[in-house]
Parts: sequence; structure tokens; C-alpha cells
Amino acid sequence: MSAPLLEVGALEMAFGGVRAVDGASFAVAAGQVHGLIGPNGAGKTTVINLVSGLLAPTAGAIALEGRPLHGLPPHRIAARGVARTFQSIRLFPDLSARDNVLVGQHLRRRPSLAARLLMLPASRAEERQASARADALLERVGLAGRIHQKARHLSYGEQRRVEIARALASEPHLLLLDEPTAGMNPVEVQEVAALIRQVAADGRSVLLVEHNVRLVMDVCDTITVLNFGRVIADGKPAAVAVDPAVITAYLGAPA
Amino acid sequence: MEWLLEEYATYQSTVAYIGLNGLLALSVYTTLSCGQLALGNAGFAAIGAYAAALLTMNAHAPFAVALLAAAALPALVAVPLGLPVLRLKGIFLAIATIGFGEVVRIGLVNWEYVNGAQGLVAIPQKASVGLIWILLGVALLLLWRLRGSKWGFALEAIRQDEPAARTLGIDTTRYKLAMLMVGAALAGLAGGLEAHFTFMVAPNGFAFTRVVDMLVFAVVGGVAAVWGPILGAAFLTLLPEVLREVSPHLGIEPGPLRLLVNGLILLAVILFLPQGLVSLPRWWQERRGARRPA
Amino acid sequence: MLQQVINGVFLGSIYALFALGYTLVFGVLDILNLAHAAVFMLASFAALALVGHGVHILAAFPLAVLAAGLIGVLLERVAFRPLRARADSNISGLISSLAMATIFEALALLAWGPNVSRFPFGTIPDTQFRLGGAVISRLQLTIIGVAVALFLALSWLVTRTRLGREVRAVAESPRAARVLGVDVDRVIAWSFLISSALGGAAGVLYSLAFNAIQPDMGRGVELKGLAVIILGGMGSMPGAVVAGFALGLTEVFVVANLGASWRDAVSFAGLFLILLLRPRGLFGAAALREA
Repeated sequence: MSAPLLEVGALEMAFGGVRAVDGASFAVAAGQVHGLIGPNGAGKTTVINLVSGLLAPTAGAIALEGRPLHGLPPHRIAARGVARTFQSIRLFPDLSARDNVLVGQHLRRRPSLAARLLMLPASRAEERQASARADALLERVGLAGRIHQKARHLSYGEQRRVEIARALASEPHLLLLDEPTAGMNPVEVQEVAALIRQVAADGRSVLLVEHNVRLVMDVCDTITVLNFGRVIADGKPAAVAVDPAVITAYLGAPA
Repeated sequence: MEWLLEEYATYQSTVAYIGLNGLLALSVYTTLSCGQLALGNAGFAAIGAYAAALLTMNAHAPFAVALLAAAALPALVAVPLGLPVLRLKGIFLAIATIGFGEVVRIGLVNWEYVNGAQGLVAIPQKASVGLIWILLGVALLLLWRLRGSKWGFALEAIRQDEPAARTLGIDTTRYKLAMLMVGAALAGLAGGLEAHFTFMVAPNGFAFTRVVDMLVFAVVGGVAAVWGPILGAAFLTLLPEVLREVSPHLGIEPGPLRLLVNGLILLAVILFLPQGLVSLPRWWQERRGARRPA
Repeated sequence: MLQQVINGVFLGSIYALFALGYTLVFGVLDILNLAHAAVFMLASFAALALVGHGVHILAAFPLAVLAAGLIGVLLERVAFRPLRARADSNISGLISSLAMATIFEALALLAWGPNVSRFPFGTIPDTQFRLGGAVISRLQLTIIGVAVALFLALSWLVTRTRLGREVRAVAESPRAARVLGVDVDRVIAWSFLISSALGGAAGVLYSLAFNAIQPDMGRGVELKGLAVIILGGMGSMPGAVVAGFALGLTEVFVVANLGASWRDAVSFAGLFLILLLRPRGLFGAAALREA
């Protein structure tokens, strides 16, 4: 069993007196899809914010490939190979789908400033390549026909898929998906599920926060269940599904 | 032909000022393009103006060196000004730069070496209309090239959603600082050029109303396109000329009238046409129902 | 020494009043009202105009303050409310308030000209009292008294009235407040009224203290107000009061020991120092980064 890609240890996030995350620990192995589920308010998005660096933990540790990740600013965490989507969708509203994905390539592009300012051909070539890569990603998420649409004019489901494409553009080791299928119809959900399996097959790890339990059971190799900021179950989908603590958390006291 | 030359001479000053104001407008545009409001550019212009004037007058430096200093010095000053506040919410930059502009102005008023409030006179006239417009053209070109590039996209991303941009690997503080420095350099350059065009500089030429002017140029013209601020500068440099003709008929002083009109135009634009004049064609298009079905 | 303390407290009370206006609007709307100093100026002119028409200063003061409050309501309606829904409401709000400030200043210039105007002789009492080894004028005493009365009134308003509770709720979270049934638009309008009234009061008191009124008088005070709210913590009312007095006292001591030309340097230095060392100020909330 290889060393985990992502390790979260005794993670704590306190806002004043409230502990949104209260001593959570779990690990995600390389090339695996790891689900993070739990009732509303369980702290799932807070965990994503902590791993991606938008929040700094009040206690505990986060490590990527063995090296500490917590405390680093978001752009350095991204540079270490972490990309994310947002629960509330945060595309750049006035940029086209393609341009949004282009921004996602920021870390992977190394054009020369001089070439660009002097309008040298090398600059045009690099831009063509970057656009081609962006278009390929959009095609992969099924949006080949919407490349030039401004993000604000896309449908909800389309926006979520552009966000995934944008996150993939940096070729991350770890992809954090925060409710990527919220508001999608069943066909779209299946497409996203297939996409997630593909991404894992590419060797990337996925940390998937979701409310769609069927999707999670389908696609995840392992699952961590949170409630009130604490881990109440952790393991393979089949085991977690019948765990009494999980059932209680979702449905109240057992019948 | 003679008539044309005569007309040109009369309006030379106006044309020069459109160019200078264009540079100043661009200096505010650079930070606006990444969503930041920097209000200290009159201070940067003052530093550039005085530095250049002192170099040509007291050190007999070549004009090119003076202009270089006029651009470089403010850019360097922008670093300790920007670094502490660019990590914080945007409001802190606004406040710090307001403070900075005042510090520079008051510092100059109290500095005897440069004659305090009276300022410097008899600065050699080395800046021509042509030079101003050439430098403006270069600045425009460079900023235009920046726009569709990787860095231009990063700036646009910072403007539209800074935290999201950070999660994509963009070091937003560094970009914002870079734009602050570029803006400072442009303002300083404009200051240095102006000093050598009008032969004099004085602290009250760099009061806060100057910054509001620059803001009006940039916002009215629009920051959606690089030439927007120039358009705004042209429009609002010519406007006072028009107002000067009109004000006697209204029985109003031209100075306050210009101020009033500036304020009204800025308010109208920010409320009703926030993307500025350059966005008119697109705004018109969208209003006519150009939205394609999803 | 006592004299300096008296002068410092007197000056500080005006700064504190002015800064309270800034901080109130910032606390509620998360926005800086850059037209606040212009309202400060307009209220002074209003008082001047009223006195010029024979109104006694004791009546002119509350009238001018009321006028300032109403200008504040107008300001909110015209320059801030239409922008609230926008994504970049912070920047556009700053810009529109700057526009309003410019318009106000232009109107004042058109109405009263650029030169210094003064209250007619006899408006301001010039009796003085001895206190220890120092002198305190009746005017200074009155100004400090009025300022303190306003602080207490504001404090009572914020902690003991329903409006005050609603203001605090909106400051905490407009969305939550709306869900709880608070008329957010009304609360914001009231906040601007109170904020501008405070700024106007500071303006009238300042113009009585220094007897020099001109359209650009807001400029100098604006910066001090900004320094005070940064020092006190943006959005913190106690902070504005404490920092206002601190600035007043520091300025007086610096002038006494280093000379008058250093006066403004105090607020600038203070401003930049705080930004460097502790941006949240004395009592400010810690959320300083963009979310």
C-alpha cells in the first residue's frame, strides 16, 4: 500500500466558539477517488477550504506527498498540484468558457513576456497551443460547442462542467470537487461520474464532497463521513453504507 | 496650410494635455484592471515631476535620464507603499494611497529646497507634444499586448474573483504590486513630461482633485479596452475648453463648473454605464437582444 | 501640560465625532463613504448661512446637523443603493462617493467661493475659565460637552433601541437580518442619516473652534478621520472614540514639542505605522483578507 497522497491529521477549524471542523483525520491515496459526505453543516466545505488554503486551520496538519500543506497561501498550494471547484460556482463571469479554462492553465504556461510584448511569432504559437489545450478540456467535459460563450450565459450544469475543466487545466495531483453535480439532471450526473473515474484512471486523486449518495457509492474507492466536524466513519462504500453511526447521523435514531 | 499651422499652435497645449492626461488615466487604469483602487497617483506624478526637474535643472542631466528617473523613482516608492496593504482588503489600499498622496504634497510644501508652496520655475522646455504622444503610444502598445496574454488573463481573473484566482495558482499580491508599480511609473513619467512642457511645478498642482480627474478619465472612458482611458482623457480635456466658452453665459466660474461637471459625469457613468464609453457598442448590442439561446 | 491635555481632548472630541460617522457606515455596509468630509463641510456652511440669517447659533447647530443627516440620506439613495447589488460594489461605491464629494465641493464653491468665510463677530462666546494652571474656553467646554453627549446618545441608540439592534444585525449579516424581518433598506438609510449627522456635527463644531470655513476644509480632516478609523479598527465605534482622542492628544503634544508644521505628519505616520504593524487597529475585527 503506497504512501497516501493527502493526509489530514486532527484537523481543527474554529470560528470564535464554533468548531466547524473538530479533530478530523483521513487520508486519500494516489489515483483514488475519496468521498467526503455528511449532513448539512458537517464541515465538508470547510475541509475543502482548509486543504485549498482559503482558510488556515486553527489546529492540526495537512500534508501532500508527505510535505506540509497547511499554512501555505492558496497559490502555493495550487502550485503543489491541488485544484478545486466551488460549491457556489466561481467562474469568472465575464470571461468565456475557453478563457476561464485558460486562466486555469496559469501554472502550466511559461510564455516569454518579451516575445509577447514584441509580437514575436513564438508568442502566437504558445497561445494557439494553450487555446487548443483549453478547447480539448472543454470537449472532454462535453462543452465543445460552448467554447466562446461567456460564463454568465451558460446553464448551471454547463458552468459546473467548465469549472471542472478549469480545475483540470493545471494538471493537478489532487482534485477537490465541492458538490460538482448539485443542480444537474441524471444524465449530466452520469457524465460527471464517468469523468471522475477517468480522472482517477489518469493517476490523479479526487476528494469528492457530494450530497448525491448514489454517485458517491458508485464512484468512490473510499469514503469519510463527517458530522459536526468530526469523522464518524471511514472506509469502503459498502461498509460505510451500513454503519449505524452513519445511518443515525442522516436519519436520526435507528428505527 | 498656414491657417492649419496657426490652429495647431493654438491647440498645441490642448493636444499635449490630452496626451499627458492619457498617461495619467492609464496610470489609474493599470490598478483598476486588476480590481484595485489606487488613489495616490498625484503623489507619484509629483515625485516624477520634481525628480525630473531637479535632475535637468540642478544636475544638468540629459533629458532621457531625467525621464527615466521620473518613471523609476515612483515605481520604487510604490513597493513599500503597496506591500503592506495589498495583502489586505482593497479598502486599505485606497486609504493608504489617499494618505500617500497627501504626504507627498504636504512634504513638498514644507521642503525649502524646492521652494515649498511656490515650487520650481524656469524648467527647460524639453518635452514636445510629439514626444508626449510617442511615449503615450508606447505605453498603450505595451498595455494592449498585456491584455490577451497569460498575465492579462491573470489580472482579469483577479479583478473578477480574487480568491478563485488564488486557488488557480495566481500570486495575486505580486500581480497587484506589479500593476501599482507600473501605474506609478506612468504617473511619474507624465509628471516629468508635464514639468518640462509647462516650465514649472508646484505642490498644489498635485492636489487630490488631480487624482479624481484621473479616475474620471479612466472610468468614463472605460477600462474594458486599453484605449478607453485615452478616450476619457480626450473627452474630459476638451470639455473644460467647451465649458470655458459657456460659463460666462451662465454666470459661473469655469473652475467650479468644471469640477461640478466632472463629478456629475463620473456619477452618471458609474451608475448607468459602469464599463465606460468604450462599452457603448457592446451595451447597445446586448440591449437589442443579442443573447443567444442556451 | 494640563493645557495641552485640554487642547488635545477638545481636538480629539471633534476627530472622534467625525470618525464615528465613517465607522458607522463602514460597519453596516462594509464601504467607505468618501463623501463624508464633504458633508462635514456642507454642514459648516449651513450653520454659517443660518447664523447669517439671524438664527442663533444654538438653534443653527441642530438645524445644520439635521440638514447633514438628510444629505446623508440623499447620498445613500443616489450614490450607494443603486450599486449594492453589483459584484464590485466596493470599488464602485468608493468611486460614486468620490463623485458626490466632488459635486458637493463644486456646489459649495459656486455658492460661497473659494475663500475663507467666518462666522459673524459675536457668534462665538469668548469667555474663558481657569482650571488648575490652564485655561479652557467656554467654547472648548461646550464642544467637548456636545461631543460627549452625542457619544452617549449614539451608545444608547445602538444598545438600547430597536433601531440599534437592527443596525447591529445588518452590520453582522444583511442577509440574515433580512430573513429575520429587518427592513434592511430602512436601516441603511438610518445609518447614513446618523453617520452624516455626526459628521455634520463635527463640522459645525470644528468651524466654531477654528472659525474658518471653506469648500476644501474637508480635505485635511478626511485624512485624520481615516487615520482614526484605521487606528481604532474599521467598524468599531469605541475604537473611533478612543483613537479620536488619542490622535487629538498626540497632535497637540507633537505641535507643542516639534512645531506646527509637524501636525499633519502625526496622522500620516500613525496611519502607515498601524497599516504596517496591526492593520486591524485597536478594536477591529480580524477579517482583513478578501474572503
